[in-house]
Amino acid sequence: MATEAAVPGPASGPGDSPEGPEADAPERRRKAHGMLKLYYGLSEGEAGGRPSGPDPLDPTDLNGAHFDPEVYLDKLRRECPLAQLMDSETDMVRQIRALDSDMQTLVYENYNKFISATDTIRKMKNDFRKMEDEMDRLATNMAVITDFSARISATLQDRHERITKLAGVHALLRKLQFLFELPSRLTKCVELGAYRQAVHYQGRAQAVLQQYQHLPSFRAIQDDCQVITGRLAQQLRQRFREGSSGAPEQAECVELLLALGEPAEELCEEFLAHARGRLEEELRALEKDLGPSPPAPDVLEFTDRGGSGFVGGLCQVAAAYQELFAAQGPAGAEKLAAFAWELGGRYFELVERRLAQEQGGGDNSLLVRALDRFHRRLRAPGAPLAAARLTESATEIVERVARERLGHHLQGLRAAFLGCLTDVRQALAAPRLAGKEGPSLADLLANVASSILSHIKASLAAVHLFTAKEVSFSNKPYFRGEFCSQGVREGLIVGFIRSMCQTAQSFCDSPGEKGGATPPALLLLLSRLCLDYETATISYILTLTDEQFLVQDQSPVTPVSTLCAEARETARRLLTHYVKVQGLVISQMLRKSVETRDWLSTLEPRNVRAVMKRVVEDTTAIDVQVGLLYEEGVRKAQSSDSSKRTFSVYSSSRQQGRYAPSYTPSAPMDTNLLSNIQKLFSERIDVFSPVEFNKVSVLTGIIKISLKTLLECVRLRTFGRFGLQQVQVDCHFLQLYLWRFVADEELVHLLLDEVVASAALRCPDPVPMEPSVVEVICERG
Amino acid sequence: MEDDAPVIYGLEFQARALTPQTAETDAIRFLVGTQSLKYDNQIHIIDFDDENNIINKNVLLHQAGEIWHISASPADKGVLATCYNKTSDSRVLGCAAVWRMPKELESGGHESPDDSASTTQTLELLCHLGSAAPSNVACVTWEPMGDGKKVITLADNHILLWDLQESSSQAVLASSASLEGKGQLRFTSGRWSPHHNCTQVATANDTTLRGWDTRSMSQIYCIENAHGQLVRDLDFNPNKQYYLASCGDDCKVKFWDTRNVTEPVKTLEEHSHWVWSVRYNHSHDQLVLTGSSDSRVILSNMVSISSEPFGHLVDDDDVSDPEEHHTEEKSKEPLQDNVIATYEEHEDSVYAVDWSSADPWLFASLSYDGRLVINRVPRALKYHILL
Repeated sequence: MATEAAVPGPASGPGDSPEGPEADAPERRRKAHGMLKLYYGLSEGEAGGRPSGPDPLDPTDLNGAHFDPEVYLDKLRRECPLAQLMDSETDMVRQIRALDSDMQTLVYENYNKFISATDTIRKMKNDFRKMEDEMDRLATNMAVITDFSARISATLQDRHERITKLAGVHALLRKLQFLFELPSRLTKCVELGAYRQAVHYQGRAQAVLQQYQHLPSFRAIQDDCQVITGRLAQQLRQRFREGSSGAPEQAECVELLLALGEPAEELCEEFLAHARGRLEEELRALEKDLGPSPPAPDVLEFTDRGGSGFVGGLCQVAAAYQELFAAQGPAGAEKLAAFAWELGGRYFELVERRLAQEQGGGDNSLLVRALDRFHRRLRAPGAPLAAARLTESATEIVERVARERLGHHLQGLRAAFLGCLTDVRQALAAPRLAGKEGPSLADLLANVASSILSHIKASLAAVHLFTAKEVSFSNKPYFRGEFCSQGVREGLIVGFIRSMCQTAQSFCDSPGEKGGATPPALLLLLSRLCLDYETATISYILTLTDEQFLVQDQSPVTPVSTLCAEARETARRLLTHYVKVQGLVISQMLRKSVETRDWLSTLEPRNVRAVMKRVVEDTTAIDVQVGLLYEEGVRKAQSSDSSKRTFSVYSSSRQQGRYAPSYTPSAPMDTNLLSNIQKLFSERIDVFSPVEFNKVSVLTGIIKISLKTLLECVRLRTFGRFGLQQVQVDCHFLQLYLWRFVADEELVHLLLDEVVASAALRCPDPVPMEPSVVEVICERG
Repeated sequence: MEDDAPVIYGLEFQARALTPQTAETDAIRFLVGTQSLKYDNQIHIIDFDDENNIINKNVLLHQAGEIWHISASPADKGVLATCYNKTSDSRVLGCAAVWRMPKELESGGHESPDDSASTTQTLELLCHLGSAAPSNVACVTWEPMGDGKKVITLADNHILLWDLQESSSQAVLASSASLEGKGQLRFTSGRWSPHHNCTQVATANDTTLRGWDTRSMSQIYCIENAHGQLVRDLDFNPNKQYYLASCGDDCKVKFWDTRNVTEPVKTLEEHSHWVWSVRYNHSHDQLVLTGSSDSRVILSNMVSISSEPFGHLVDDDDVSDPEEHHTEEKSKEPLQDNVIATYEEHEDSVYAVDWSSADPWLFASLSYDGRLVINRVPRALKYHILL
């Protein structure tokens, strides 16, 4: 076993040897592993993750360079059993055979190639030898040629120098000729109108003539030239002044004149004057479009025309000016700025007038597009006109228009609201056809609410165009901040809600005294509308607005709660007013009935008076009306179980208790005392007290007002016996039918008892009717 | 501040009629007329002892009928006029008469409050203010500054001016005017203006206020629809000749300038039911008292339309006493129009309120259940006005 262990030793040793000297602890460990692995037939690469492949130095590797047959055989013999030896022997023999046949094939295949290669090499050897001879001959010929060439150049040397000199003279002569011909050339150019060419020539000659002006001949030329140039300049000026030519040509003229050395200052003035003339023409054309008659082209066309005509012209002028008079420095720039400022101002004036005509119109998108064109046009010139601050002015105009537009929309919304109200009035006033019910209040309310909401949304959408991304001015700070928050949110939406509340409140203020101008149903409807606004619509609208117009402005805005409070207050006032108006109607009925009757000589009551039936009918109608819009509300618990039957028993027993003392001829003090004690324990009734937002509260208010009126009227009259009995009957009837409408039926009892008590006091001969009889009469209807 | 507490006096009967004893300028004295159909009606003469806070009363029988309105002569302490209802076989007649009270009661007889003796006293009838034709007299008003010889009664749709002759024992109809129009027009209330030499009277019928000239008995001005509903009462500003206040069933008190009758100068809406009575303070006309059937009495401070507005001189034609001139010179903080106090001592409708003729800081209010309450203007305000 010791030998077996020794064999892998040398085998692995050489593989590890390169890192031997520095082998540290892990390396050593790996070596130990390596030995074990070798022993178990694992390759070190597989296990250790080292670069795999057979070790090139392994003497047992058949394909390796260091193969040692002895070692291999030795190893085989030692390691393998006989069967395996046999196998490897056959295997090896087979491999050897295969190798032999492969070698044979290779040799066959390459043999021919070797033969032909050998032939080729031999042929090449022959050819090269021939070429060497030729090359030798060429060398000798070249030497002869060089020799000849040197001789020729030597002979030609002095001639060459003379030719160069002659060429120089020729060039000089040509220049001189140009100078001498210059006057005539210039004249020709001027005649032909080739001003640019002429100026070009003049420019070229100028310096030379200047330099040699002490020579008489040159001087003459210069004089001629100056005369011609003068004429040229004059012609140019003439052309420039004619003004018929377009801006580019004029610019050219000015450029040429400048090149001719004309004074820039003067030219600059003239240039601007001409430009002014042209631009003013544009403005006049625009003004004509404006006209006193209705403007023919729409606003978009107008701004387009203005943009391309005037602004384009202005830009051209500015660009040309800057190009031409750049040398003028800041003074020139200022002049241009002043020029642009003045004309721009006039242009803006026209645009504003045109836009003002547009204010009434409804098409927002067209306006916004026009404004966009207008603004974009003016922004385009940008740099050249920056000094004139036209862009800022344009932005200001756009802002102003936007503001006016907001005002216009607010106006529109108000008008729409008033329109809705008119519609409602008409619907309410429209005569009900027999059997045909008109639209119910709830429907009307829904109509009004939705129509207002859609108007608001339409307005928002229209105004939203101003902030659309593709509009050139939408990213101005005004449109990002103030327009959204102060303009749209505060001015338009909050303003509208406020004005709505005000309009609604004005119905309370303008007293219905003048014949009840406002139908009560409208009051009720408005009240509900305001309440709806308080509960939901306001916050919805504001959220919508905030979402559409991402308000980035930090300025304080009206909080939703404030608006809601306002709306609620309005709703409350309207409802209170409604109660007053309806209460008044019933009061008037009751009052007339008490005042116009002769209570002393009335007959014994057989019936409930028609007025009372009418009161109950009207109250029922009001109940239905209010019920359409308002919730039921809470009653005192006791009413739920009180039925007609128990109620009448209760009331009659009560009556007996109350009236008894006053019928006995005892001291009248007792009555007062009793009623005073009674009052001490009952709460003070606030007759015209504010109501809550429910049906019961509204009805309670109306009934309170009516009954209090009845009480006061009864106190002003004197009753006979039957008069008192009639009042008794009437009150019982009211008691039977009114309790169901109110929050606290005790209230109705209290008031009606007081009415009957007062009537008893106002009766010199108070003999009350039997409660049972009263009941019978009332039940009979 | 024990004297700031209200003093309450109870009558046995229902009552609507209240007036100060106008001719009395030293003692605080009110007259109250009762309404009873079954018993003899009474006139209570109520003396208020300001120092001791005690009420003395004397009762006079008024057997003619229940009293709807009462007014005292401005010249003679013992003379008063009442409007009363007489019921006779299923007819109710509204009459008016001038009465004289017994001499010893004129300046507050100081009998013991034991009423068993005092009930026996009876008013002495001076004269009836009634024509032959039966009519319902709603209101009697005396010429405010005169010698107690002229009286106006409002009966149905007639204004009747009476001359009282032979120490008021005879009433002669001096002149009259009638209101013509559709329907049954009835005057509800009227006041005689203390200005213009007492030649103007204002009346209310339904929702309309009218001014009359007593010399020609013709209409001077007319405020149509002064209130949304019935006008219940009106009063003249004692210091500003064109100003008057009115109140009515629309729960409002309105102040008018009779030169411009299209719009009220000011409107108050503090009461929660009909306002039955409105009275200017006799000297400090910013103090306005109102009584309403919501059982409340409200004292308001109407500085902005008074004759003593802050920082303004008194108008030349204003009748003002030296005291007010004194106040004018002092600089004081501007006062806002506001409600000074709401008095809730009553438990039934208050039909009448009035200031004392003797003490400008004291007033009485009367509710239907017969409760008379005497109150004072809050001290702080009093000093504020005076100093």
